[in-house]
Amino acid sequence: MSELTTRTHGAVAHHTSLGVDNRKLGVWAFIGSETLFFATLITTYFVFAPVNRARPDFQDPREFLDIELTTVLASILLASSLTMVLALSASRRGDRRSFTTWLLATVGLGLAFIGGQVYEFNHLYHEGLTLSSSLFGTTFFVLTGFHGTHVAIGVIWLLSVFFKVRAYPDSPENVMDVEIAGLYWHFVDLVWVAIFVLVYLI
Amino acid sequence: MAIAERTAGTVSIPDLKMRPGWAGWLSTTDHKRIGIMYLVSAFVFFLIGGIEALLMRIQLGVPDNTFLTPDVYNQMFTMHGTTMIFLGLMPLNVGLGNYMVPLMIGARDMAFPRLNALSIWLFIFGGLMLYVSFFVGGAPNVGWFAYAPLTQKQFAPTAGVDYWIIGIGLTGVASIAGALNFIVTILNMRAPGMTLNRMPLFVWMQLVVAFILIFAFPVLTVATIQLLFDRHFGTRFFLPNLGGDAVLWQHLFWFFGHPEVYILILPTMGIISEVLPTFSRKPIFGYAFVAYSGVAIGFLGFLVWAHHMFAVGLGPLANAFFGAASFLIAIPTGVKIFNWLATMWQGSLNLTTAMHYAIGFISMFIIGGISGITLASPPINVQQTDSYYVVAHMHYVLFGGAIQGIFAGIFYWFPKMTGRMLDERLGKWQFWLMLISFNLTFFPMHLSGNAGMPRRIYTYEAEMGWNLWNLISTIGSLLLAVAFLLFLWNVVTSIRRGPVAPADPWDGATLEWAVSSPPPVYNFAVTPRVRSRRPLWDQKYPHLHEINGGHGTSGAHGESERRDGFEHETSPAIEPIHLPSPTYAPLIVSVGIMILGFGIIYLGDFGLIAASAMLVGLLTMAFGILSWVRISHVDSPHHAH
Repeated sequence: MSELTTRTHGAVAHHTSLGVDNRKLGVWAFIGSETLFFATLITTYFVFAPVNRARPDFQDPREFLDIELTTVLASILLASSLTMVLALSASRRGDRRSFTTWLLATVGLGLAFIGGQVYEFNHLYHEGLTLSSSLFGTTFFVLTGFHGTHVAIGVIWLLSVFFKVRAYPDSPENVMDVEIAGLYWHFVDLVWVAIFVLVYLI
Repeated sequence: MAIAERTAGTVSIPDLKMRPGWAGWLSTTDHKRIGIMYLVSAFVFFLIGGIEALLMRIQLGVPDNTFLTPDVYNQMFTMHGTTMIFLGLMPLNVGLGNYMVPLMIGARDMAFPRLNALSIWLFIFGGLMLYVSFFVGGAPNVGWFAYAPLTQKQFAPTAGVDYWIIGIGLTGVASIAGALNFIVTILNMRAPGMTLNRMPLFVWMQLVVAFILIFAFPVLTVATIQLLFDRHFGTRFFLPNLGGDAVLWQHLFWFFGHPEVYILILPTMGIISEVLPTFSRKPIFGYAFVAYSGVAIGFLGFLVWAHHMFAVGLGPLANAFFGAASFLIAIPTGVKIFNWLATMWQGSLNLTTAMHYAIGFISMFIIGGISGITLASPPINVQQTDSYYVVAHMHYVLFGGAIQGIFAGIFYWFPKMTGRMLDERLGKWQFWLMLISFNLTFFPMHLSGNAGMPRRIYTYEAEMGWNLWNLISTIGSLLLAVAFLLFLWNVVTSIRRGPVAPADPWDGATLEWAVSSPPPVYNFAVTPRVRSRRPLWDQKYPHLHEINGGHGTSGAHGESERRDGFEHETSPAIEPIHLPSPTYAPLIVSVGIMILGFGIIYLGDFGLIAASAMLVGLLTMAFGILSWVRISHVDSPHHAH
């Protein structure tokens, strides 16, 4: 397709050298960057895990971490990825009602996850786990706290997309906007799966 | 090249919608304006960093000097390093890249013009925030690499380190956003026919650097966040007495820090790869080798970080691995140097000022590379580390190398950006003054370093035997200052009354020379079609293209038309040129982030006030983002307006 032709309005975006939409390529590169961000936090956690064990102020993760609650949280986040996919599918079909339902469901599940994290943090705090109580406290809260921050940013992002689509329902950019918000959301979910497995289960 | 005039009748020149004066600069999304903003602000910061260096050199000119107190001296070397790297060299590279990359690939702007504007504003505010520290208790004084646990609150009680963290944080976000922009622009917005293997090498290097950046910076971000938490929120990442690990800081910092030096040098190597062929009137020798050696350097650069830690005691296995990898990285570097030399060999050399700087780059970089080789050997390193030998090495590669590369790029592209020629005679005098004073300043540091002079000392005793070297360095640095003033003089007078520059003053081969000097706001009236690595030479010298086995630009290729010398796809009608609207949204979002940053700095000590500042910052960001979303909708190419 000639790059000079803008006749096809609708879902097809302007021509690009790789054939991928600019914003999609950008979000994938951003996700690559964020992967290093979380890899560094996770690495720090594992560097300090044996040191924590050897110290007098040792706090045992297994004693503090409630796997039942966090399994529920993990399922909530995984479900939210499913609702996100459904929202994207509805967006592509032009089904506004379904899109609203599924996108708001994703937001709701995300908020539920954050609520659950806040509850868990509060519980752990009262059990004596703080940022300064031990190396476990230090590394755990910073790692999961920044993940939770990313979920919160994701919720704000999703809500912005929701309101933008509502304000400009006929904009042909909407589908791609939903898709790239979805990519970020799935990434944040994937990071949680990694944290859940590496920190809570192993 | 009269593209605009010849096609003016058939192309609707867009309503420019540019605001006049300051408003225009504050709301710009044009990569050319943003490029100039980067270059100007980076140069200002570079001069400030230079003043910091001069102050240090005055202090070190004679032994037992009392010109600067020890703490002020520590602030000087910390700010000098941080400024030169983050606020000087990086944005100079980005500025030239921003201006030239879209032109060189035949595009009208970067992929994300508003994000581009966010990057320049965040960079400016981040730099300003770093310098606020001087006025609120003292600049950071812990070295540009901020080793733990010296950076902890009890040893660095002023807010200086916090300003360093947030200042670098803001400029880091600006850099990552910029890198994303370069990646998508270069991969996705090349003119038809410009495959990756036909891209100018400057564009190749910017692409490699962008990838290095997005993978290296997050590690620094995490490390600085962890440091911030250590200082204010009771964590113990780098506190050895509580189980933390000071060496972990070094690992994290250098995992970022080593790729960072390739971020600094590779774009300038790209500049050399553009300047040398033009002024040798020969294509670059071994294009593929030069391109892929850049990729190899980018990749290997992530595997050598602990050569900054040979004296830490990591053990023989680690030292052997990192030593070997560091030797290995000399190979792709050498490949580039030999290809550059082969480019010049039997070329018809046009020794312009830019060419002087390019040749200066190669020679000084070789010296810096050799001192790097000795540093790469762990046993030699333990003698040389933390001595002035390292200072010599880094300045030979970063000043003798990168900065001379920047100067080559400036003398090369100044006509394109300003429409005026720089004075070549003054340029060459200034080149020689700079080259001689640079060597006077930094060569003696090899000697004082090997004679045992440590880094980061505010003075030394007269009996150490370092007096002569330090005196020569100081004299050299004063002459360097004169050289920079000469350059500034050249720039100012040339902008005012230099000879008017044609579109193609150097008989260039790449697309930026196909448009007027300076280019029209839309760059290209019609997107060119590219058939080789030298699209403009093809157009100017079609017989050469055919001799070299090209397909020839005359004759029919399907239904492509010849217009302004380039092949174009046939189109039913000329579409109006679509440009992004100017907007204040990126500026507003950047202000919000800066306010948020101030809040974060003081959160640990002034809880409520700081939290309110954070809230104000977040609300400002939200307002800016709303404005951004609205303008992006208005600007959408399919939006009927």
